[in-house]
Amino acid sequence: MTILIQGGHVIDPGRLNDRADVLIENGKIAAVGKNLVAYARGGASSATVIDATGKLVLPGFIDLHVHLREPGFEYKETIQTGTASAAAGGFTSVCCMPNTNPVNDNQSVTEFILDQARAAGNAHVFPVGAITKGSEGKELAEIGDLRRAGCVAISDDGQPVMNSLVMRRAMEYALAFDLPVIDHCEDLHLSEGGCMNEGLVSTQLGLQGIPSAAEDVMVARNLSLAELTGARLHLAHVSTAGSVRMVREAKARGVRVTAEACPHHFSLTEESVRGFNTLAKMNPPLRTWQDVQAIKDGLRDGTIDVIATDHAPHAAQEKQLEFAQAPNGIVGLETALPLTLALVEEGVLSLEAAVAKLTSEPAKAFSLPKGSLAPGADADLVVVDAQASWEVDPARFRSKSKNTPFAGWKVKGRVTATIVAGRVVYEV
Amino acid sequence: MSLKRKDLISIAPLSSDEIMFILETADSFKEVTGREIKKVPALRGKTVVNFFFEPSTRTRTSFELAAKRLSADVINFSPSSSSVVKGETLLDTARNIEAMQADIIVLRHQAAGAAETLARGVKSSVINAGDGWHEHPTQALLDLFTIREKGLAFKGLRVAIVGDIAHSRVARSNIYALTKLGAEVLAVGPPTMMPASLEKLGAQVHYNLDKALQGVDVIMMLRLQLERQGRALFPTIREYSNLYGLTAERLRLAAPGALVMHPGPINRGVEIAPDVADSFSSVILDQVSNGVAVRMGILYLLSGANQ
Repeated sequence: MTILIQGGHVIDPGRLNDRADVLIENGKIAAVGKNLVAYARGGASSATVIDATGKLVLPGFIDLHVHLREPGFEYKETIQTGTASAAAGGFTSVCCMPNTNPVNDNQSVTEFILDQARAAGNAHVFPVGAITKGSEGKELAEIGDLRRAGCVAISDDGQPVMNSLVMRRAMEYALAFDLPVIDHCEDLHLSEGGCMNEGLVSTQLGLQGIPSAAEDVMVARNLSLAELTGARLHLAHVSTAGSVRMVREAKARGVRVTAEACPHHFSLTEESVRGFNTLAKMNPPLRTWQDVQAIKDGLRDGTIDVIATDHAPHAAQEKQLEFAQAPNGIVGLETALPLTLALVEEGVLSLEAAVAKLTSEPAKAFSLPKGSLAPGADADLVVVDAQASWEVDPARFRSKSKNTPFAGWKVKGRVTATIVAGRVVYEV
Repeated sequence: MSLKRKDLISIAPLSSDEIMFILETADSFKEVTGREIKKVPALRGKTVVNFFFEPSTRTRTSFELAAKRLSADVINFSPSSSSVVKGETLLDTARNIEAMQADIIVLRHQAAGAAETLARGVKSSVINAGDGWHEHPTQALLDLFTIREKGLAFKGLRVAIVGDIAHSRVARSNIYALTKLGAEVLAVGPPTMMPASLEKLGAQVHYNLDKALQGVDVIMMLRLQLERQGRALFPTIREYSNLYGLTAERLRLAAPGALVMHPGPINRGVEIAPDVADSFSSVILDQVSNGVAVRMGILYLLSGANQ
């Protein structure tokens, strides 16, 4: 099977940023260059030709932080619907968090996830294993087994490891497998009972706040432990100015740390919660304008390496609960591209840097053999019409859940085709 | 003038004119509550549902009495939190009430935002009778009514609100209402009980009760939630009472004739000394009586009976 993507503007971060054709053969990138039609096996007549004139041709996006909810919460999302959502958003690889039921803390759950992903065939799924058994923060999970079964990192996402000794041991142990250790940085004592950012808005709404310090103190702890152990630390969904400052300083000293930011944390502030809007409820919570600026600065200067969505599907009835009771999180796979391109429009990132934060940088953070259009690489690509304007309509999402605060937003930048391992999995 | 609102959810969006209009409407109902036959037919044929998800005797009874004195049919529905099917959404709750064809729903709920969410989901008028730590607008209005009835003017009035401001819907509603009418509000309590950015709501923050009380015209004491001990908000009830309890001695620091208020129920000997609660300065029971008149006024205005 041969696919020729013709006439597009190819951005392969660090390698190419120019008009070029891309030739795909047998699921791999065969060549990237000018006028490849002559090289298509059997000529253009037998190849599937995608006309990408006026469009961007990019490595498929990689999301280091999604919740596919299967096994256990299939009413919110399944691996089938979650990866369909990924494909629609231009993501060809996703790393799914272990907070399923049962928790992905052993190889049989990992294998189940990979089987389901293969059956769905919409995107590559790289499972993230639990740090501790049941994500209870007490005993280490069988991290070696998880690695062998296919986990690419470990995390107790949503249930941060509060015991610093356990975290230290996890970081040390993970070194044996060169596995990144991810932490959702939240001091559970400081955040207890909180449901939004602590500040003027929480005071006005009478909702219990979560101070920035709840994140900052754990970022500080984790950076110290990473320095002590030499482990690869990855910080999930950085939301505060303090975190950005500390990561910047740690990187300057050579600590092995990478960090991700979510589109909602650079697109929205706590103001979105007004009216007790449960679609603006997430953890970490939406913060202040100053935090948003700090995250943009962090993205600009490379302190924040990666843009990840924290795609967190929830059923409609769950988000209709009272604000304090409603679950945290929003779906993000199908809105990440335009929200990221808005940073380019705003001058925060160059187009190539924005693409890198969705492709080569996440690949590097978790050592995934993805995120590049080098000849011989898996043919995971996305074709993007960066100028296309559209209105976010959750009813059209491929995700099973529709919980987004961006409904009705007029955005720019749309995926027109997604190719996974040489197969077109999404096309408009 | 009329109140062009479907609901009364919070004081925050009200204009000072709207607040004064509610108080003036309540004046005429205060007169009704003083008659031998304390009943008018203003809401005859209307249905008021008291929906109380949180235990409350005073507020529920006050609303019930207010509705009955207006000749409305009243239904009290008080599902204890435990008996509400866990996970029932507010929307489902709303649909149930809607099916009872309620004209006015009075909602008390432990979750901030419950009244606002309900109001968006139903055609009936919704009155917030307290939602979490958010607002308790009818309490603030009856407090204002009481202050005004005692002959004090709002402009330049100095009011100290003392206690756990962070966890108090009464404090929030009163700060909004009093500052809108030109009063000066001093929020007094330990720093652990002050919510973030309180100054931006227009209140001055004080940690020292003796200093704050100098020359104030009104002292509003808040109930100390005794169960909060052990949450690191204050060391002991003894120390709290020593630092923030209102005693006769402290009362003398206030302006002559200062009013002592409390939304109730009071913890005698904790935030307020028994002799102060029972003193001539105390208007705590006036607040309770006025609550009925003010709620009659609000029910009347929201029912559209004045149009």
